[in-house]
Order: sequence, then C-alpha cells, then structure tokens
Amino acid sequence: MTINEKLVEELAHLSRLSFENEAKTEMMNDMNRMLNFVEKLNELNTDNVEPLIYMNEEFNIIRVDEVISEITREEGLKNAPKRDSDYFRVPKVIG
Amino acid sequence: MIWKEHYEVVVGLEVHMQLLTKSKAYSSDSAEFGALPNSHISPITLGHPGVLPRFNSKVIEYAVKLGLACGCKITEENQFARKNYFYADLPKGYQITQDKTPICTGGGIKISTDEGGEKYINLTRIHMEEDAGKSMHDQDPYDSLVDLNRAGVALLEMVSEPEIRSAEEAYAYLTEVRKLIRYLEICDGNMEEGSMRCDANISVRKHGDTKFGDRVEVKNMNSIRNVHRAIEFEAKRQIALIESGEVIDQETRSFDAVNGTTFSLRSKEKANDYRYFPEPDLCPVIVTQEYIAGVKSTMPALPNELHNRFTKEFGLSEYDASILTDSKPIALYFNELAGITKNYKAAANWINGPVKSYLNEQAIELDSFPLKPSHLAGIIEMIDQDKLSFSMASQKLFPELVKNPEIAAPQLAASLNILQEDNSDMLLKWTQEALSKFPDKVNEYKSGKHGLIGLFMGEVMKISQGKADPKKANQMLRDELSKN
Repeated sequence: MTINEKLVEELAHLSRLSFENEAKTEMMNDMNRMLNFVEKLNELNTDNVEPLIYMNEEFNIIRVDEVISEITREEGLKNAPKRDSDYFRVPKVIG
Repeated sequence: MIWKEHYEVVVGLEVHMQLLTKSKAYSSDSAEFGALPNSHISPITLGHPGVLPRFNSKVIEYAVKLGLACGCKITEENQFARKNYFYADLPKGYQITQDKTPICTGGGIKISTDEGGEKYINLTRIHMEEDAGKSMHDQDPYDSLVDLNRAGVALLEMVSEPEIRSAEEAYAYLTEVRKLIRYLEICDGNMEEGSMRCDANISVRKHGDTKFGDRVEVKNMNSIRNVHRAIEFEAKRQIALIESGEVIDQETRSFDAVNGTTFSLRSKEKANDYRYFPEPDLCPVIVTQEYIAGVKSTMPALPNELHNRFTKEFGLSEYDASILTDSKPIALYFNELAGITKNYKAAANWINGPVKSYLNEQAIELDSFPLKPSHLAGIIEMIDQDKLSFSMASQKLFPELVKNPEIAAPQLAASLNILQEDNSDMLLKWTQEALSKFPDKVNEYKSGKHGLIGLFMGEVMKISQGKADPKKANQMLRDELSKN
C-alpha cells in the first residue's frame, strides 16, 4: 500500500484538516515512511496467530453504577481554547 | 394511496435508547437529564489525554434484559470498538461502540398488523455504545456552543432487518419496542426528549421485485407519528423520482416536522469512513450462562406474557387484554385485582371504564390513583352479590370512594343509602304491598296474563325507591302470585 495525494486529501477531510501543496507532499512522504516501517512485520508469517488487541488477559473490568463527581464545570472548561461560563465554544459547524 | 398498487416500501429501523443508568457508560459522572450545561463531566467524558474508560456493569444487565425479552442470542465475549469521526460534540474523536461482537443477535419484535394478523420483525443486532454531547448552532452568530452532559451516556442501539413494509408497520414496531423498554424499565422511551431516537432506512421497489432499491436514511423524527409521516413522504418522493426516470441518491435526509417533508443532509458520496478498530482500552466483557440465568430471574412480566395470561387464564378478549397491557402500571394493577376477584371481565371493565376516565379527568397517572385493587374488588363483589347495581356503583359509590378511600366500600355504600335491599322480610313487605294495590290485576295474572309481572315489579321498585334487588323481587312476586 502506498499513500497518494488523493488518500491524504481524504484523510485530511475526515480529520477536518487541510494542507497546502508543500505540506501535503511532506505528509505523503511521512505517511509512506510509517507504512514502510510497519511493513517490516510482513516478513513474519502470522497465518495462525490471533490478532493481539489487548496488552493483558484481563476481562470484566467493570464498575458498579454509581455517580462520582470528579470535576466542576469551571475545572472542565478551564483548558478549552474558547469558552464562556457555561459552554465550550467551537467554530460554527453548520448554519 | 394509488402507489401502493404498484410499489412497496421497504424499511429497516435503528432505534437508539438512552439507558436509565445513574452514571455514564464508561465514566462515573451523572447520566441524569436536564442538568445545567457541562455540569456532568469528567476527564474521561472530556477525552483528556491518558484517561482510561471504565465500563458500567448496569449497561450489560440492561442489554441482556432487552436481548432476553426479544429472544436474541446473547454474545459471550463482548469486545468494544472505536468508531472514528470528527465532530465538536465528540471530544475523544471516536465513539466507543461494538462492531464485530454486538451483545445481542437475532430475535425479533412481534407486531399486530392493520389486517388483524401478526407479523414478526427480525432483529439484526443490539449493541452497546455511548451518546455524543449536544451542539447548539443558533445561540451565537460565530460559534457553536457545546454541552457535554450527554456525552458518554449509555445507549443501546437496536437494528431491525429491512422487513417493515409500511408506515403502519413501522408505527406498530416502534410502539411495541417502546412498550417493551418501559416494561423492562431500562429506558423511559420518550421520543420528544430524545431518550428514544429512531433512524429509518427507506427504499421502494415494484411489487414482485426481489432486489432492494437504493435506500435513503432519514433522521430527526421526534415521535412515532413523525416516523410514520416520514416514511409516507419518502415513499412518494422516491417513487416520483423512479417514475420520472431519475435515480435515488443514497443519502442522509432529515425530517421536517412542520411540513412533513424530508431534506438532504449529506450525500453518501462523501460518506464518513468510520475506520472501526478494536478499543484496546476496554477489556472484553464475558457474559456467562450463569449471569444470563441471574438476569432472567429478575425479569419482570412482559407485555406479551401478561396479554397471554389475560386472554388464556382470565378469558378476556384480545381487545380488553391489549388495552390493559398498553401501560405496565395498568397491567399490573389489573393483575393484582384479578388475584382477588374472580370476575375478571368486570375487573377489566372497571379499569378500562371508570378508572381510566377518572385518571383522564384528573390528568393523573395510576400511581396517584387513590383506590387500591382491593377497593375495586369490594365493589365488584357487592355487584355480584346483587347488593348494588352497576349504575349506582359507577355513578354514586365510585366518585365518593375516590374522595374517601379510607372508608370500606360496603360501609360507604350503606351510608349513601344505595344498597339494594335483599332482606327477605323487607322484600316480602314491599311485594305484598305492591300486590295489594292491584287485586284485579292479580286475578288476571292468575288466569294466565303473566305479562302483568312487569307492572308489579315497577310498583315494588317504586315502593322500595329502587333498592329492591330486581332478581329477588321478581322471584318473590312469582312465589307470592303462585300462592292461592
């Protein structure tokens, strides 16, 4: 698999990002390098190996249905790039 | 409706239900509806770096409940998946959902059709996921405002096979689903407030076609009635396109409740590629047979079961049983009443008649109704024993009893002076008095004019001021008249 310009554009669209020509080429090269790096794994035969999803063998790590308040609204809003006293503010999506 | 001669509509429904858990699906902040904006949040809800989700055990319980109620197969090993998309009210950039291992597969919902038959709508799957936050676009000229109280609230999504063939069937299906989740008490089923939401996949095809047409997904229908309207509109719109030789865009459309139409939201050409992959932050959840058995033992009676019991055990009509099982509190009230009176038909009539009228007039729910099933059983017993007529009971006794529920029904009836007199001495006195007024007619009766009994009865009722038990008075008149 190789990353071409079209794929970069599609992925950029899904992430709501946009790249100018030079940046686009750079992005394409970077992503191709990453793929090449991962492709190293193809040298191994994994035919009868289950995909590894979890880093341990735990299961049923669940909690009881209890409300615990950890942070206040003020604390939650504190790190937002744009906010008012009640809401996170983001660039208008539609309308 | 002329199009129905040539075309049929094919519908599959996706129902999202917000679960009535106290906390969210993967974090412990409150899932309560209606709080001040951004007051139910946590670092997990906000998608801060390094946080790890922790799954709410109640979500599994509710999912298994719904699965058992719909006859689904319950998946043993449940994995979670990330559904990636970029939107301001989805702080993590992905929704935690289930992809390859939905907790329930198969099963179905039985609906009644307009033709009076039954139809089974098969389910594809039910899976566990989380809700997104809420964006408001019309509050400010430049910004959208985001409230994350709803982000992370537990949802079940129930997907039907495309087996629904009319707007009416869709209506019946959603009514059944809502009834079921309310009986199970896992979701309040309020479509207006959005705790139950429905998306409809709609296509049309000519009768006899075996291939499905291109489908359109319609969103934003906030009532069952509006789902019905949207399907009717879409069917006509799509047929008009086909008839004029155009193709149907595979797109997402939104329902406009004001004029009953749909409009395009986004076309599938630029379809979101959700890039599903396993969620490595949540361990698998194993649902064992023992666990399922445990949930099964806590299952409440379901509408179908109660309907069966009401028709088969209690001999009620389909109609009576359907009305009684429409709402769980009413069904349970009847069920309790049927445990203490044997006159089931009378019990059903009392609930579907005077009780429901009273609830409607007072605009209250059954939980604020002052009378217990034992009160009604008391009234029914008095009527069955001919101590009271139904009209006296419903018009005089019932209205007084709801005001004075602490007084026993027989006692209150006595103080209202509406009890039918079955005291034989009194009856005999009234009977003899009535007969003594018409000596000639008594002779005519004795010579064979038996139709005169009505005249004597009328007189007995007049003398007794309506308190004579008609059946007993009639018998006593006949007895007296047969004496010489």
